[in-house]
Amino acid sequence: MLKTLAGSIREYKKDSILTPILVSLEVIMEVIIPLLMARLIDYGIDCGDMAYILKIGFILLITAMMSLFFGVAAGKTAARASAGFAGNLREDMYRRVQQFSFSNIDRFSTASIVTRLTTDVTNIQNAYQMIIRMAFRSPAILIFALVCSIRIDAKLSLVFFLAIPILAVGLLIIMTSVHPIFERVFHTYDDLNAVVQENLYGIRVVKSYVREEHEIGKFAKISNKIYKDFTKAEQTLALNMPLMQFCVYGCMIFISWFGARAVVASGGNAAIGLSTGELMSLFTYTMQILMSLMMLSMVFVMITISRTSAERIAEILTEESSLKNGENPITEVKDGSISFENVSFSYSNKKEKECLKNINLKIESGETVGIIGGTGSAKSTLIQLIPRLYDVTEGRLLVGGVDVRKMDLKALREQVAVVLQKNTLFSGTIKENLRWGNEQASDEEMRYACQLAQADEFIQRFPDKYDTYIEQGGSNVSGGQKQRLCIARALLKKPKILILDDSTSAVDTKTDAKIRQGFKEFIPETTKLIIAQRVSSVQDADKIIVMDNGSISGWGSHEELLRSNPIYREVYESQMKGGEDDE
Amino acid sequence: MNKKKPSFDKTALKRLLAVMGQYKARMILVIICILLSAVATVASSLFIQTLIDDYIAPLLLDAVPDFGGLLKALSVMFGIYLVGMLCAFFYNWNMALIAQGTLKKIRDDMFAHMQKLPIPYFDQHSHGDIMSRYTNDTDTLRQMISQSLPQLLNSVISIVAVFMAMLSISVWLTGLVVICMFFILKTIGNIAGRSGKYFVEQQRALGDVNGYIEEMIHGQKVIKVFCHEDKSEEEFIKKNDHLKKIAATANGYANILMPAMNNLGYILYVVIAVVGGGLAIAGVTNLSLTGVAPLSLGMIAAFLQLSRSFIHPLGQVSQQLSSVIMALAGAGRIFELIDEEIEEDHGYVSLVDAKYKNGKLVEADEHTGIWAWKHPHKDGTLTYKEVNGEVRMFDVDFEYEEGKPVLHNITLYAKPGQKVAFVGATGAGKTTITNLINRFYDIADGKIRYDDININKIRKSDLRRSLGVVLQDVNLFTGTVMENIRYGKLDATDEECIAAAKLANADGFIRMLPKGYDTMIDGEGGGLSQGQRQLISIARAAVADPPVMILDEATSSIDTRTEAIVQRGMDALMQGRTVFVIAHRLSTVKNSDVIMVLDHGKIIERGSHEELIAKKGNYYQLYTGAFELQ
Repeated sequence: MLKTLAGSIREYKKDSILTPILVSLEVIMEVIIPLLMARLIDYGIDCGDMAYILKIGFILLITAMMSLFFGVAAGKTAARASAGFAGNLREDMYRRVQQFSFSNIDRFSTASIVTRLTTDVTNIQNAYQMIIRMAFRSPAILIFALVCSIRIDAKLSLVFFLAIPILAVGLLIIMTSVHPIFERVFHTYDDLNAVVQENLYGIRVVKSYVREEHEIGKFAKISNKIYKDFTKAEQTLALNMPLMQFCVYGCMIFISWFGARAVVASGGNAAIGLSTGELMSLFTYTMQILMSLMMLSMVFVMITISRTSAERIAEILTEESSLKNGENPITEVKDGSISFENVSFSYSNKKEKECLKNINLKIESGETVGIIGGTGSAKSTLIQLIPRLYDVTEGRLLVGGVDVRKMDLKALREQVAVVLQKNTLFSGTIKENLRWGNEQASDEEMRYACQLAQADEFIQRFPDKYDTYIEQGGSNVSGGQKQRLCIARALLKKPKILILDDSTSAVDTKTDAKIRQGFKEFIPETTKLIIAQRVSSVQDADKIIVMDNGSISGWGSHEELLRSNPIYREVYESQMKGGEDDE
Repeated sequence: MNKKKPSFDKTALKRLLAVMGQYKARMILVIICILLSAVATVASSLFIQTLIDDYIAPLLLDAVPDFGGLLKALSVMFGIYLVGMLCAFFYNWNMALIAQGTLKKIRDDMFAHMQKLPIPYFDQHSHGDIMSRYTNDTDTLRQMISQSLPQLLNSVISIVAVFMAMLSISVWLTGLVVICMFFILKTIGNIAGRSGKYFVEQQRALGDVNGYIEEMIHGQKVIKVFCHEDKSEEEFIKKNDHLKKIAATANGYANILMPAMNNLGYILYVVIAVVGGGLAIAGVTNLSLTGVAPLSLGMIAAFLQLSRSFIHPLGQVSQQLSSVIMALAGAGRIFELIDEEIEEDHGYVSLVDAKYKNGKLVEADEHTGIWAWKHPHKDGTLTYKEVNGEVRMFDVDFEYEEGKPVLHNITLYAKPGQKVAFVGATGAGKTTITNLINRFYDIADGKIRYDDININKIRKSDLRRSLGVVLQDVNLFTGTVMENIRYGKLDATDEECIAAAKLANADGFIRMLPKGYDTMIDGEGGGLSQGQRQLISIARAAVADPPVMILDEATSSIDTRTEAIVQRGMDALMQGRTVFVIAHRLSTVKNSDVIMVLDHGKIIERGSHEELIAKKGNYYQLYTGAFELQ
């Protein structure tokens, strides 16, 4: 996992390595400073030697400046390294997701991919910065300060070897007992958020059934659980500070007592033994050593928290796209003929969960084929195999006489245009959206495609016409308009095969008929597959496929099916009774 | 993102303290403990001076040093430290309780208040916006109460104590520290300001990148179909690179705060040493709180030590202050929600169980299947009227926004047991009419009478209990299937729920689920099809057994074959009730007693299906598909 993530550091390796080096240099300065301060007091102030004060003061100043310089530089490199690393992670994940096949996307769900790209990356960025700064700083201070204090007085420094384990073990006990509680709290948090979210979406239901009090009770129960757990965790954490103080104060008293004796014994002469200034440095080191240990424990907490995020990111980065180009792929699609040979398909590769069972179909180039069937009858699944959005589990699927798995993915999809059921327009002008179909499309071409899709008329009524700005998700056009724009976008590809997956459900029947008429007249060579709920949308097709529960229940013209297929007849009759049209 | 610079929100702080007021006694204890703990900390740094000046220095002069005094002093220090430690534990322990208790209260209040807000509030605020008050805002508040506030208090006390101690040594040197501090804080403030500015910019860039990710990942399948991967990557990299740069700058500034504070402190140390040393050697008379005396070298040493203890809490204050400001901004947003005006309800007519006794309607203690409106009158008398489900509207006008009328002059009658349908384009006002009946919105003009009572006189909760709704977007709640059906009537038995499910045609598929009625479903209804979810919501309405039903596009997102099953469930539910139906597919409204065709907030045609077809008007055109229904 770490290796996968580390692969995204790349050009920020320099900054990532430089940071701990700079931090270490800063630490050295910070540790030298108390030594200098001791000298300043011992030989300068105590002796009233102004020249010496100035001399040491000057050195101290230089050291502080250097420490400042290293500190600032480390801060900058750390920020650059972590922000850059996070940026690279986002970029690598984004690239990887672009290569995902439909089944990869289904496996993760879009919401989860978005969280991984946003929240998880931010967590890693913070953790990474903490690690390259603090994870080096704390041990460095610990070691350097320890070395310096041993140099001053090895015997007195023994107290640290007592205090450090006490603090370390204490912190460890606190952290390990708190960690599971925190994990539980975060789960409860999810529950709490879920209740709020459900209530926001279902506020009308809540109010209609007058269930406000019921919901408040439900919320209060979860809220109380958080209160209890969090209080318990934080009260355990309340031991942190006194533990720290216990160690610091303990060391201070110990050093005060034995230090004072040592100073007196040496007569306050640094050359013989311990001096007053040195004693004071020892106090400073006490703080530095124990504080760094405290910091270290925080780094550990940070790392454990971000571990989950790291795992989730690595999952995306290591996910292999389930669809790959074969070797020497064929880049030419001969014509728009489609043939299914014993095709079976399941999303999960489990035999008993097959969505399509043993499909055999032959569609000639240029034919118009209607597909009809209830929800869950696998109509959409069937057509998604054609542009190889999913791979067949068994059998073969040929487009233009060639197995789609042997074709170049891009070339295949250039020639097979699908208007998906859950279609999306992107924020941008109508023109920009249309250009998705063909980057070089001229204004005339766009207009022509829109006329075919019966979209030109309403576009002309917009004040900005083709430059009208579409909001995210196409929220500022009606459902019917959105569908027609999506059809126009697909037409601009000038595909050999055009597939409409329930793409005119919000379009009125007259316009729907006009669109189909246009297809017949102006793009006769294109193979057209039309999935629809309305019989009227498919009844004039050359052939109609009736899907039922993953298999083909009927296959033929409108008249043939009316005669031979009970499902088709049932659907037709229920809709005619509903009086679809009088054409 | 708020563009303007965050400032200290005093009102929010006051409100917050008021909420914390429930822990007044504890808070006073906490403050005392923080005070004692801070004093212990200061005493510890002062002790170093005492140790050197009062014990080590004299002992150095003694031929036979007597450490008895030092031992005593250390015992005293030990006592002080012990008190400090206990206080530190005690205040942290209590603060955890106060913080969590306060947060619980705020969360509960916020949610309870949210439940009472009128529907328009939810129309005007995005879910994400409301959600963030429960997540981000409460979270920053937690950090502030349990960490920043005590630390801030602790630091301020330390600063004051150390400052007093410094003054007690030397006024001159303290003055020097104050002057230097002025420049140090200015530098720090400068860096912090810059960092803040870039953080705002970073937030904007992050929002931009996240928004792009959101849009693209949701449209990922379309991207694949159009082979648009490279294009979308190119745009992403552009935005991402910008974010990278801004984030590095913002964090860079934030990162240099600490080393700057630290090292400027060292520089201050040198300045004091040099100036102090100079003054002492020159023999300048010193002024201190304790009087006038020559500046001794021991004093300078002590003062130097104090200056270290001064700069540390000061650095903490500057760090904590920004997080306090941020948290208070969040608290402000939370209180804003709590201050929103709740749904008004001046109703006094209530819904009660009733029974006939000697041919007279009287209130009953148990469920009888008969409901009555209990109507108190001004003269103190009470009348009961059986709930029939008759709804009449007279010249109703309505507008969501001033000057933008949505409904004009709507007049309609629904006799008990009648089925009334609304058809018309999106935005014609169909759903709005039903939202007026259950008073999600209040009418601007006209009158709505329910069983001949003005609905304004009926208590909102009772009015809504008498109206069942099935909406297009099915909202189920996390829980078992059984619990979801029981939502309609909380005291319904399992048998009643199952009977309702049977009525709604849902029993069959529920029994096929892995755990039958005990199958867990989440808010998104995972695993269930749209049609199945709708059937559960119909069962939920059935168990409530209301006299009037509103079916708003209940079958729109279901395919025609499934619709037939759902329709059968709904037909059973509609038996004997007044029903308002809004439907996309005209086939579902054909058998209504009355069909109202709405256009731009007006009823333009009304009548039965046959009458309207014969009329060859708008309905006929809609029916034959000449109009677009969206």
